[in-house]
Amino acid sequence: MAEYPQFVFAGTDGGAVTRIEDYEAVGGFAPLRKARAMAPDDVIAELEASGLRGRGGAFFPTGRKWAFVPKPDQLPKPHYLVVNADESEPGTFKDREIMLRVPFRFLEGCLIAAHAISSQHVFVYIRGEYEQEFEVLRDSLEAMRKADLLGGVTVVLHRGAGAYICGEETALLESLEGKRGQPRTKPPFPAIAGLYAAPTAVNNVESITTVTSVLELGAAEYAKLGVESSTGTRVFSLSGDVVSPGNYELPHGITLRELIYDVGGGVPGGRELKAIIPGGSSTSVLTEAEIDTPLDFTSLAQAGSSIGSAGVIIIDDRCCMVQLGIRVSQFYEHESCGKCTPCRVGTRWLTQILQKIEGGRASQPDLDLLLSVCDRILGKCLCPLGDSDAIAVLSYVDRFRDEYQAHIDLGRCPFDGESSLEGVLAPSAMHERHGNHRVVSA
Amino acid sequence: MSGDSQIQKLRKQYPESTSAVLPALRLAQEEHGGWLPPEALREVADALELTPAYCVSIASFYDQFRLEPMGRRVVEVCTNVSCALAGAQQVVEAFERELGVDAGSTSVDGAFSLGTVECLGGCGWATVVAIDNRHRLRVQAADVPGIVEEHRGG
Repeated sequence: MAEYPQFVFAGTDGGAVTRIEDYEAVGGFAPLRKARAMAPDDVIAELEASGLRGRGGAFFPTGRKWAFVPKPDQLPKPHYLVVNADESEPGTFKDREIMLRVPFRFLEGCLIAAHAISSQHVFVYIRGEYEQEFEVLRDSLEAMRKADLLGGVTVVLHRGAGAYICGEETALLESLEGKRGQPRTKPPFPAIAGLYAAPTAVNNVESITTVTSVLELGAAEYAKLGVESSTGTRVFSLSGDVVSPGNYELPHGITLRELIYDVGGGVPGGRELKAIIPGGSSTSVLTEAEIDTPLDFTSLAQAGSSIGSAGVIIIDDRCCMVQLGIRVSQFYEHESCGKCTPCRVGTRWLTQILQKIEGGRASQPDLDLLLSVCDRILGKCLCPLGDSDAIAVLSYVDRFRDEYQAHIDLGRCPFDGESSLEGVLAPSAMHERHGNHRVVSA
Repeated sequence: MSGDSQIQKLRKQYPESTSAVLPALRLAQEEHGGWLPPEALREVADALELTPAYCVSIASFYDQFRLEPMGRRVVEVCTNVSCALAGAQQVVEAFERELGVDAGSTSVDGAFSLGTVECLGGCGWATVVAIDNRHRLRVQAADVPGIVEEHRGG
């Protein structure tokens, strides 16, 4: 495997840098000093010049997002930086590794971002399941406080409690305000009226960590790597049917083929590559025929998919694509907050139609109905959760129509019980079958 | 420190006190043996000037809060796509056999609760099993008897 330049994981030598003196020894906190010597607008200009775009999934330019936050004299309210560390998109596990291996680079990025938007208050919303990551951040933050690096900024580590929807920025803000995590109507956007209705920037962990790298390298140097629409590196999470799963920091524009075969060692057991989910389970599936697609924003959009959160799931030829549809749809059904009817009802309906197809009980109109329900979810909700289910399911039918048709024509699953997802039950289905956390008496 | 004074400390971190409801419920759950009985909800409500009903509306929304008693150890297996491709269902069934309980239930001696969960964010290290929120990575069905043995009696 070729060596690729490391920005997010620079100086780690494959391990973790969790002692403050070790981080300083690899140049830590110089970017922060550099940023604090600059006017906030100049830091924003530097980020805009770097081309850095959000790594959480929406790919919004980071500098532009900060530029939308009013200046303190324009809107004299407290300004907040909220970091989205609620990583929950299936297939994505990069942010936790960033927090574990380069906690200081991440926290340094928080302070640089706070300076850029003139904020004295940082909240890191970290998913509740990330216990070890929380502890590492807590200890790292304490070390920075002792080293007098916070510069009057308060950084609060706020733990979530298990809700995928809180990765959506307005649901996250609701949750941080102590409410149920249900998305807000936009506008107003968080930059104007975010946390406690005050100006707020919400950024992802990897984006914030990369901010430190941009300040360290300079925008021009950073932008040299990657491709025009997608500068710099990306931490790809590789999982599924692949020899060497894991997180890999690689330049944008590397192809799926390079990622799967050169970096990931290919599909195990000499089996055939069947499908690739390129950017977390919300993104459209690609087939083996599309593996020369470069992994960048524009190329994946042209291929009809999205780079999303760069969580790449590899699926080999043992997997039934109807079963995949069921499992993915069950996830969105479970995680729907219930606020918008098309999502609340539609995700459940999609699961039921897919189960009918898988069970061999479906006729031709059911497939049409499946597509029609997708259409009635798309673009009709406050947030993209319902859309995610519809986009995924539509893409499975689009790319593997013959397989869906075969279920209907044969009146059974053509995998005959041999699919790699055979018998997999989602938590909702399993707990329904067994009763909800009952105590067994015998 | 009493529960209330700890909650007051949490509350001071936030410009508005309602923001402390998630950390306060987490704390109350830890202090009440892993679930939120009515008195725990009352404590949090009183400390933050909320109502117990409000606290239930929050607790019922988030998967990590429990409104019924749990076993002393809580075992949760991720069955989302990447873990499922690596054999998560077989891991669940191995735990069911080893613990003598179905997923979604607690053993009669109160030692273990077994559950399945959505993506735990460890897709590259499948199958991920959380035991009391600590993640075990790359778990296979064959590892399950040893894992259960390790946690029995503790």
